[in-house]
Amino acid sequence: MAIVLRDVVKRYTDRDGTSIAAVDGLTLEVPDGVCLGLLGPNGAGKSTTMRLLTAQSRADEGTINVLGHDIPREAKQARALMGVVPQTDNLDEELTARQNLEVFARLYRVPRAGVRAAVDRALEIAHLTGRADARADKLSGGMRRRLLVARGLVHSPRLVLLDEPTVGLDPQVRADLWGLIAALRASGVTVLMSTHYIEEAERLADTCALMSRGRVIATGSPAELIADHAGDRVEEHEGPPERLAEVEGLAHRAGLPTRRTGPTVSVLRAERIPPSLADNLANGDRVVRRAANLEDVFVMLTGETVD
Amino acid sequence: MTDHLKVFEWAPVRGVWRRELALFRRYWASSSFASIIEPTIYLLAFGFGFGSLVGHVAGYRYVDFVGTGVVATATLFTSVFPGMFNTYIRRTYQHSYDAVLAAPVDVHEVVAGEASWIAVKSGVYSCAPILVSLAFGLRPHAGVVAVPIFTVLTASGFALFGIWASTVVPSINSFDYIISGVLAPLFLVAGTFFPISGLPHWAHPIAHVNPLYHCVELVRHAVFGFHPLADLGHVGALLVFAALMWFLAVRGMRRRLID
Repeated sequence: MAIVLRDVVKRYTDRDGTSIAAVDGLTLEVPDGVCLGLLGPNGAGKSTTMRLLTAQSRADEGTINVLGHDIPREAKQARALMGVVPQTDNLDEELTARQNLEVFARLYRVPRAGVRAAVDRALEIAHLTGRADARADKLSGGMRRRLLVARGLVHSPRLVLLDEPTVGLDPQVRADLWGLIAALRASGVTVLMSTHYIEEAERLADTCALMSRGRVIATGSPAELIADHAGDRVEEHEGPPERLAEVEGLAHRAGLPTRRTGPTVSVLRAERIPPSLADNLANGDRVVRRAANLEDVFVMLTGETVD
Repeated sequence: MTDHLKVFEWAPVRGVWRRELALFRRYWASSSFASIIEPTIYLLAFGFGFGSLVGHVAGYRYVDFVGTGVVATATLFTSVFPGMFNTYIRRTYQHSYDAVLAAPVDVHEVVAGEASWIAVKSGVYSCAPILVSLAFGLRPHAGVVAVPIFTVLTASGFALFGIWASTVVPSINSFDYIISGVLAPLFLVAGTFFPISGLPHWAHPIAHVNPLYHCVELVRHAVFGFHPLADLGHVGALLVFAALMWFLAVRGMRRRLID
């Protein structure tokens, strides 16, 4: 296993002295060579989990092992073998792309003779060879994000932690980064990627762990999670609020789960709608039939409302 | 390779220096200009201004007295300000240390890298007033070659003090309290522009626990002739100051960066 967390708890104390568990009994295993998507809403504990793995946060309870090294006791050894792409853009703006990578090549103990080759390779992976001598503050948002990825890869790590790698980016830039992450995954590097973008997890992750309130509440491949929690098909009913409430009532009485999707209500496991209920449910509504997706699972398991 | 990582490694220190050298190559001209012009203005203003009224102080020409005092003030300001502001900005606004600590680097290595760079840069540039004083007629003792050692030692302590202060203040504006409440008195009660014998008796003990006073004494003795026993005491005081600040700076940064 590349990563093993067992019963990990991390508490913070509020200004008023209240103790809050950001991570609350987290158990998670990430096998070697797998891309695991850590899914969850904001505040689920994903970023804290990432910081626990680098020992920038210290667990109050439980055990953590990364690439065979116990954390935090052997954190330095573990950090040398992994690369981290943070959610926050913390590039050194005054340095060029190349200089940013050279500094981190040193920090990651790349032998002096190999620094230039390592930096060139990282620039190539991130498609930044042509902008190597541009200062970081002169790069576009997408280029900066790619430079952050390159920085995490400059020492050819065995494990990469990607913390919300595409948050706040344009769709085109996001797609560009997805290509980069897919290539990483194809090269056999173990990837732990936290995200709250469902599509990102569906496209990139071999397996997903859904986090809510500091713990994992479901794991499996995207297909398994969809099959287990949302079924094959979904019917989305559009109508006034009272009609949507009526559809929910009918579905629940038939044992079918539902979720609100803005101005519509979605009936999950639609393949199990009995013929006797089908007409009542439709009742002249505008109905969109579609395949169940990971977003249905996400909302089902983590709740429909935002904390 | 990774199994051999030690508690303290030089690679992170070299990494910090790599960054600073890259920036220094860009800004060396403006840094050097400031380090020469400032003491020149001080010497012109105090040396010739006051010097025309005072003549000699503590047995030295006033322009020589001030020239050596300005070395210490330059050391103070060029070390404590980067220690305070640079580390605060990098920690709070740029999150640079979060990135560094995700690599195989520990907090004490970051502090060592930042403080050593500031100390060496400050220690070297703080010698500029001596060069300017030569042009104003200073005739130094051979011990003058030891001045960079004393300025680097002093700057280490003040850089670490600045790093520690950056972990204590709740906001960047709070540095005003430290500048006005701590640094200004240190600067004035150190024998830089006038000897501490001119201060009231109650202020003498304060001057003796002021690290800057020990720096001023060491620089003057290096330039005008060593007082071996006293100078050992001055070096010891600066070493104790640097060690205490190292402890506080590392503890403060750890508290701010690791939760």
